[in-house]
Amino acid sequence: MSEDIQKQIVDGFTFTTDTYNELTQAEVYGKVITELAKKNENIVVLTADQMRSNKTGDFRQVFPERFFNFGIAEMNMFAAAAGMSVSGKIPFVSTMAAFASMRSAEALRTDIAYPNLKVRIISTHGGLSLGNQGTTHHATEDIAILRSMANMTVIVPADSIETAKAVVASENLNGPVYIRIGRSLEPMAHENDQFEYTIGKSIMMRDFGTDAAVIACGVCVKHAIDAADELKEEGVNIRVINMHTIKPLDTEAVLENARATGAMITAEDHNIIGGLGGAVAETLAEAGIGISFRRHGVPDVFSDIGYPEDLYERYKISTTGIKAGVKEVLAQK
Amino acid sequence: MAEKKFVSKEELLDYLDDKAEWLRKEIIRISAIAGGSHLGGGLSMADIIVALFYYKLNLKRGDPKWPDRDRFILSKGHGAVAYCPVLADYDFFPREWLDTFNKLDSPFGVHPDMNKIPGIEMSTGSLGHGLSVSVGIALSARLDRGEWRVFVLMGDGETNEGMVWEAAQSASHYKLGNLTAIIDRNKLCLDGPTEEIMSIEPIQDRWEAFGWRVFDVDGHDMEQLVDALDKVPQPNDTKPTLIIARTVKGKGVDFMENVPIWHYSGLDKGKSLEAIASIEKNRPSRRVS
Repeated sequence: MSEDIQKQIVDGFTFTTDTYNELTQAEVYGKVITELAKKNENIVVLTADQMRSNKTGDFRQVFPERFFNFGIAEMNMFAAAAGMSVSGKIPFVSTMAAFASMRSAEALRTDIAYPNLKVRIISTHGGLSLGNQGTTHHATEDIAILRSMANMTVIVPADSIETAKAVVASENLNGPVYIRIGRSLEPMAHENDQFEYTIGKSIMMRDFGTDAAVIACGVCVKHAIDAADELKEEGVNIRVINMHTIKPLDTEAVLENARATGAMITAEDHNIIGGLGGAVAETLAEAGIGISFRRHGVPDVFSDIGYPEDLYERYKISTTGIKAGVKEVLAQK
Repeated sequence: MAEKKFVSKEELLDYLDDKAEWLRKEIIRISAIAGGSHLGGGLSMADIIVALFYYKLNLKRGDPKWPDRDRFILSKGHGAVAYCPVLADYDFFPREWLDTFNKLDSPFGVHPDMNKIPGIEMSTGSLGHGLSVSVGIALSARLDRGEWRVFVLMGDGETNEGMVWEAAQSASHYKLGNLTAIIDRNKLCLDGPTEEIMSIEPIQDRWEAFGWRVFDVDGHDMEQLVDALDKVPQPNDTKPTLIIARTVKGKGVDFMENVPIWHYSGLDKGKSLEAIASIEKNRPSRRVS
């Protein structure tokens, strides 16, 4: 981030773009939700012994009555959130992605998605972001699971600015929304918060040319941006599309960029099955577009243990991995 | 809440028994039209539903969304056939709707859908969820300083589910005196007796250990049901309440009582008539002539 960025008051919030850079996605979420709750008395926050790691403690300090810690019992928490929703509350429910999407899958599907309730699931520590904690704590299936639930909107913000914008934008959606964020420390993909953000509308992060296109989400957006910048130096000019909303997918952008470039890779911190790569592949196939195409992500294996950055390298969703992928699809174009 | 005024408790109990007889006949009628329903569990919970809807719950006829109503969650969603006729009787939707049960595009399937049936507070069917949902509703009532209560009816077998105990611990943790759960203790689950398949006794000790107040009643004795419901504390109480209602699966129809094949079944005309005659014969004797 450039040093001369002026402090901005975003959407009426009392923190600034400079603050974004210092805060993790979870910390930003904690602050945004507290600000929103000042305007909407129906907002309640629920967590499952994760107050410290998902930073909802900020909210608790300001609104102790509207904060509910359900202990280590996630299914009960999500079903109770459904009960609060049918009673007029707007629950923001937060726990680790692995437990939100798998331990509680049926509560999300049957109690929240099926009745189409306005519940916001803020799922932290998505993908490989807890790398060295071990595979039990990796969440490389959650996007696929949530994407197959009707009524569910699935969002994977690229950084803390997008997390803030996604939480704010979700206010206007009546059905359930799953927002999948990382652990912390993810580098910023956006230089500032001065951009349009619409759920379901992708953002072109780099538009250097039509050699190839990278469609990425979450932490991979920044990796793709860096890949595009480095490739440009090497004379390869690509586009980077930030597909922050996995469902509903911006199919128009997928098709437009496929037609324009003829070579595409997807990059996601998730199994290559059922997530962003799967969604893009389905879109291309149904439109009858055959292009040079690769899905980068965890290649349908249980992910290994290691620091996230090392795992991103291993599964080719780091800057290096994305560059290599671009060259591969280019060669087959 | 009983809409009529009664000069004596006996008159009230007779009225409730009349309603229970009517509801049992509705269960048989709908099952015959629908080609199948959960007869056994529907008949076991019929008296509980009647005691709740015609004695205890504070509801407003024709207004299923009245904000101050008591909430009822049918955690044993498969009992919809014994619940939806009561909602029609409250004028929440036209009675003719019930004749479409199970058909394509009907609002009614075996398990109730809150977005299709007026008066249903929550879509249920997957066992073990209702108590958790009710905890959320009770917490919301607290936040809103609501004077209303939440009642949830569970099957006995469904308390095998771990989620029920997550909910039980959170209800006492949050001191939800505005929450009352009732277990339809008919002692049979799909594969046989609960105590053989996966035992749940001692129910009372288990729930008391989880911080609940527990009453144990005959779930087909209207007086015992009414008395237990009278003992449910004020909503600002600090302890959730459980009523164990001891019941008989298939209650009221001699050939169905305690016979596992009637857990879910259809009925031909002959069997329907036989069931109706049995229900009339088994109606408790009138207290006031």
